[in-house]
Amino acid sequence: MRQVFASPVFVAVLALAAGGIARASLRAVPALALLAALVTLPLLVLALARLARRDTLAARLASPALFGALLLWLWEMLVLGLHIPFVLLPPPSAIAAAFATHLGTLATDFRQTYLHAVIAGYALGCGAGFAVALAVDRSPFLRRGLLPLGNLASVMPIVGVAPIMVMWFGFDWPSKAAVVVVMTFFPMLVNTTAGLAAAGVMERDLMHCYAAGYWPTLFKLRLPASMPFVFTALKLNSTLALIGAVVAEFFGTPILGMGFRISTEAARMNMDIVWATITVAALAGSLSFGAIALIERAATFWHPAFRR
Amino acid sequence: MIDAAWRCAARILPVVTVLGILTALWYALAIPLNAPRLDLDEAAGFSTLASAAWSMDRPVLPAPHQVVAELWTSVLFHPLTSPRNLLYHAWVTLSAALAGLGIALVLGIALAVGIVYVRTLDRSLMPWVIASQTVPVLAIAPMVVVVLGNLGITGLLPKAAIAGYLAFFPITVGMVTGLRAADPLQLDLMRTYSASPGTVFTKLRWPMSVAFLFPGLRVAVALSLVGAIVAELPTGAQAGLGARLLTGSYYGQTIQLWATLVMAALLSIAALLGVGMAERAVLHARGGRL
Amino acid sequence: MGESAVLASDTAPAPSAPVVVEARGLGVAFEADGQRVSALTSVDLAIRRGDFVSLIGPSGCGKTTLLRAIADLQAPSGGTLTVNGMTPAEARGARAYGYVFQAPALYPWRSVARNVMLPLEIMGMGRSERARRAEHYLRLVGLGDFARKFPWQLSGGMQQRVSIARALCFEPTLLLMDEPFGALDEITRDGLNLHLHELWRRTGMTVVFVTHSIPEAVFLSTRIVVMSARPGRIIDVIESPLGAVRDLGIRESGEFLAVAHRVRAGLRAGHSYD
Ligand SMILES: Nc1ncnc2c1ncn2[C@@H]1O[C@H](COP(=O)(O)OP(=O)(O)OP(=O)(O)O)[C@@H](O)[C@H]1O
Ligand SMILES: [Mg+2]
Repeated sequence: MRQVFASPVFVAVLALAAGGIARASLRAVPALALLAALVTLPLLVLALARLARRDTLAARLASPALFGALLLWLWEMLVLGLHIPFVLLPPPSAIAAAFATHLGTLATDFRQTYLHAVIAGYALGCGAGFAVALAVDRSPFLRRGLLPLGNLASVMPIVGVAPIMVMWFGFDWPSKAAVVVVMTFFPMLVNTTAGLAAAGVMERDLMHCYAAGYWPTLFKLRLPASMPFVFTALKLNSTLALIGAVVAEFFGTPILGMGFRISTEAARMNMDIVWATITVAALAGSLSFGAIALIERAATFWHPAFRR
Repeated sequence: MIDAAWRCAARILPVVTVLGILTALWYALAIPLNAPRLDLDEAAGFSTLASAAWSMDRPVLPAPHQVVAELWTSVLFHPLTSPRNLLYHAWVTLSAALAGLGIALVLGIALAVGIVYVRTLDRSLMPWVIASQTVPVLAIAPMVVVVLGNLGITGLLPKAAIAGYLAFFPITVGMVTGLRAADPLQLDLMRTYSASPGTVFTKLRWPMSVAFLFPGLRVAVALSLVGAIVAELPTGAQAGLGARLLTGSYYGQTIQLWATLVMAALLSIAALLGVGMAERAVLHARGGRL
Repeated sequence: MGESAVLASDTAPAPSAPVVVEARGLGVAFEADGQRVSALTSVDLAIRRGDFVSLIGPSGCGKTTLLRAIADLQAPSGGTLTVNGMTPAEARGARAYGYVFQAPALYPWRSVARNVMLPLEIMGMGRSERARRAEHYLRLVGLGDFARKFPWQLSGGMQQRVSIARALCFEPTLLLMDEPFGALDEITRDGLNLHLHELWRRTGMTVVFVTHSIPEAVFLSTRIVVMSARPGRIIDVIESPLGAVRDLGIRESGEFLAVAHRVRAGLRAGHSYD
C-alpha cells in the first residue's frame, strides 16, 4: 500500500479523479464537491512533490503539466464556486466552448495577424538586423557608433511607432508587419554584434596563424560562435513580434485580426471570445518559442547549456 | 586628465557621427515622403521643395526640428498641470510604470526565492514563468483594464498591474541565477560554520544575487514603461503618453505623435539613468565591486 | 661515452644548416594603463633547421611573448626578427609554422576530425586528402577512435593531443608549442614527450617549445634557452650533449642530470635578480 502511494502517477490519477468529481458535483451536490476538492488539493501537491524528486524526462515534463492542470482546476472551481461574474473572469470550460463555437473567426484572425503580419515582419526584421550587424562589422568606427544606439533602442518602448506605421502603410497587415520589423530589428542587431565579438582570443589567434582572411574567419569561427547570441534574439523576437502585431491593431485595422478582436469584444463584454483569442495567441507564442528553442538545441548542440 | 578626455572623445565621436548620418537621412527621407502632399508647381526648385517639405503642418514625416520645437513649446509654454504639457502625460505614465515596477520587484523576488528554495516549485512553476512570457501579455492589457474598470478600479492600478506583469520576468530570471551563483566552496565554508539556511541567505546568497539583479532591473524598467503606455491605449484614457499617441493618431497630428514618442524615449533613458545611479550607489557601498 | 659523443654531433644541426628563426636585439613592450611594460629586451637567438629549442624561465619572463612574436601574433617594438629569411608576417602568410597553444582552443561545434581538418580547409586542400591527413595524424597522437567525438567529450589531455594533431596535419617545417603538456599528468606527459621526440626525429622539423619542466626540456631539446624576468631576457643557452635517439631511461643518466643541473643553476641565477 505504501509502495502504491509512493508512486506519483497513482497519486496524480487519484487527484485528477477527485478533481473531476468535485467539478461534476459542484452544481448538484455542493457539499460533496467541497469534500472532493479538499481531497484533491493535498493529493495534487503531494503528486507534485513526488514528481520533483524524480529526474527522468517524463517527470520533468509531467511536473509543469500537472501544475498547469492544478491552476486550471483552481480557476474553474473558484470562478464557479464563488459565483464570480462571467464578464469578470469566465471559467476555462466556457473558454473552451467559445473556442469551439468561434473556430472560424479565430482562424481568420490568426491568419491575418500571425501568418501575415507576424511572420513577414519577423523574417524581415530579424534578417535586416542580422544583415546590418554583418555589414557594420567591417567598420569598427560604425560599430562603435551604432552599438550604443542599438542598445538604447532595444530597451525603448518601440511599440509606440505603431500609430505612425498605421498612417504610413495603411490599415491592413503590412503596417503591422512594419511595426514588427522595427521591434525585432534592434534586438537582433545588438545580439548579432555581440555574438560576432564572442569568439575567444586564442581561437582568433589560431585563425591568424593560418593566415585566414576575413571570410574564412567569419564562416569558420565567428558565425558559429555567434549562434547562441543569434538564437537568444530569435527567441526574444518571437514574443516581441506577436506583441507588436497585436498592439498595432489597436490603432486601426480592417475588421479582423487578433488585436482587433480582443479590443472590440472586450468593449462589448464578450469575454469568452476575448479569452479564446488570448488562448490562440498564447498557443501561437508558446509553440513558436518552443520550435525555435528546438532548432537552437540542434544548431548549438555544442554550447555548454545543451551538452550531454 | 587629457588622456581621459581623449578616451571619452573616442567613445562619443562614433555615436555622434552615426546620429548625424541618421539625422541627415531623416531630413532626406522627409522630402520624398512629404512631397506628394504639397501642391507646388513643377518648376519649383529643390530649395523651395525642401523648405516646404520640412515645414508642413501635418507631414507624413515631420522634420527633426519640428519635433524638437513641438516638444519645446509643449514643455515650456504650458503649465505642468495642463494636458497640453507633455511632461504632465509623462508623469502620469511614469507613476504607473513605477508602481508596476514595485509590484514586479516584490513578485519577482518572491518567486525567485520560492523557486530556488523549493524544489517542487522549481520543477513545476519555472516552466510556467517562462511560458508566461511567450504569451503576448499586452494582448490581455485592454481586457484587464476594462474588467478592472467595471469593478470600479480605474486610474493607476490597472496600468500598474500590466506593467508589473510584464516586468517581473527579467527580475525573477536574474534573481534565480543570482541566488544560485554562490560557488560550492563558499557554500561549504558556510557549512563549516554550521550556518542556518537563513544566515546563508542573508550573508551569502542575497549579497551575491545583487549583481544579477541590476541587469534584470534595467530590462524590467523598460518593460514596465511599455506596459504602462500600452495599457493606456484601449481605455480612452485622457492622460498619459499612450493616450496622447492615440489622440495624435486619430487626428493625424503627426508632429504631436513624434514628440510623444521622443518623450517616451527620453523617459526610458531617464529611468535607465536612475537604475544606473542606484547601481553606482550600491557599488560604492560595496567598495567598488558587486 | 665515445659513442654518445658521435651521436651528439649528429643531433645538433650542422652549423651550416639554414637559420629558420633569427632574432637580433629583439624587444617587445606592452602599453597597459598608459604605462609601458617591457616584456622582452635585447633577445639574440638563432634557431637552425632541425633544432629542438626549449624556452624555460620563471612565470612572466616572456616565453609566450617570444613565441607569439615569432608567430606574428605580437608586434616587436625593437630589433629585428626573421622567420625563414622573411618577416614574421610574410612567414605567416606562407603558412610556415604550426602553433600549439597553452590551451587546446578547439572549436566546440566541430567534431574532433573536423577540428584537425580546419587548417587544411582554410588552405584549400581537397576533401579526400583532408580526410586522409586527419585520420593519419589523429592515429599518430593515439586518438584514431575518437574522430567523430566532439571536443567536450574528451579529457583535457586528449583535447591537447587533438590540438597537436591539428598543428601537425598541414606538415609545417616549424612547430611552435606553448606549454602544450602543462596541464597533463606525469605519465601521459612522459608518453607524449616520447611521441613528440620520435616525431621530431623522423620528420626533421624545427620545434620551439615552451615549458616549466626541467626534465621535459632536457629530454626533448638540442638546445635549452634559459630566460629571466623583469626585464625578460636570455641568460643562458645550453647545447645538449645527449644523443639523437633517446628513451625515458636516459633521464637517470649522468649526462642528463648534468644538463638538468646547469639549467637549474641558470634558473636560480635568474631568480636572484629580483
Ligand atoms: N597583452 C598584454 N598586455 C600587457 N602586458 C602583457 C600582455 N601579455 C603579456 N604581458 C606581460 O609580459 C610579460 C611576459 O608575459 P608572457 O605571457 O610572455 O610570460 P610567460 O613567460 O609566458 O609566463 P607563463 O610561464 O606564466 O606563461 C608579463 O610580465 C606580462 O605581464
Ligand atoms: Mg606563457
